[in-house]
Amino acid sequence: MIAWRAYAAVGLGSALGTALRYLVSLAMPGLAGPAFPWATLAVNALGSWLIAAFAAYAARRTSGRMARWQPFLVAGFCGGFTTFSLFGLETLQLLEQGRAGLALAYVLLSVVLWLAGAWSGHRVGHRAAARA
Amino acid sequence: MRYTWTTHSWVVFFMAGAEGREARMSIGLTGLLLVAGGGALGGMGRLALANLVARRLGAAFPWGTLAVNLSGALLMGLLAGVLGPSAPGGPGPLWQLLAIGLLGGYTTVSSLSLQTLTLWQQRRIHAALANLLATLVVGLLALVLGWWLAGGPA
Repeated sequence: MIAWRAYAAVGLGSALGTALRYLVSLAMPGLAGPAFPWATLAVNALGSWLIAAFAAYAARRTSGRMARWQPFLVAGFCGGFTTFSLFGLETLQLLEQGRAGLALAYVLLSVVLWLAGAWSGHRVGHRAAARA
Repeated sequence: MRYTWTTHSWVVFFMAGAEGREARMSIGLTGLLLVAGGGALGGMGRLALANLVARRLGAAFPWGTLAVNLSGALLMGLLAGVLGPSAPGGPGPLWQLLAIGLLGGYTTVSSLSLQTLTLWQQRRIHAALANLLATLVVGLLALVLGWWLAGGPA
């Protein structure tokens, strides 16, 4: 793919993913309380599921159709939707508030959900490709 | 959902089912555009750095994602030290553009998760653990360092 097309696809996907993450962060404090960064936890787990599901599906569908969506969906949407820097900042904020136990719980729960999300997504994508 | 036009923004009202109470929230269109614009630039910056690093160091280990997340964490620390994290009453436009948009979109967890899973599936257990731990430990330290350099109270 021509380089500028890849950059345009990633930029567009990342803009959409980032905007959706922002909307989730606005919607979730009202539902779950602002004490714990549920929104970032949710988007990072969901994004991990989605990227692994797509990668596993695309790996078995070797026609070019899926590969064309990869820059937009993987590096673009999933990359922009999930965030490491805000996760780190939220952890630091919990520590600053003297809630070290909650900060540790946030980090551990995050890592478990990221990996569980990727693992589950991989299985689902793999099976979906086998059925298709 | 009901949309109301105001001078600055679209205000979106919607009902949320939390104990039958009516939740009401406003989403500034300006804020959403700032976040999306920052996210577009951040995503393209991530692609550029990941490509550059992969060309230099090869693709056997996800150095590109590591470089992106560590540099993004350092910059987020600096930014939080300069601007302060989101102020009461909601984040300002600079925070929306640079923190939530640019650096939020620049760094990524999805690639980290997928690449760690892939290393694990290739039975490169040590590489998988090293990738995860390096991102978490060095990333959080980089964030604190950035915050401290910018005069944050760490």
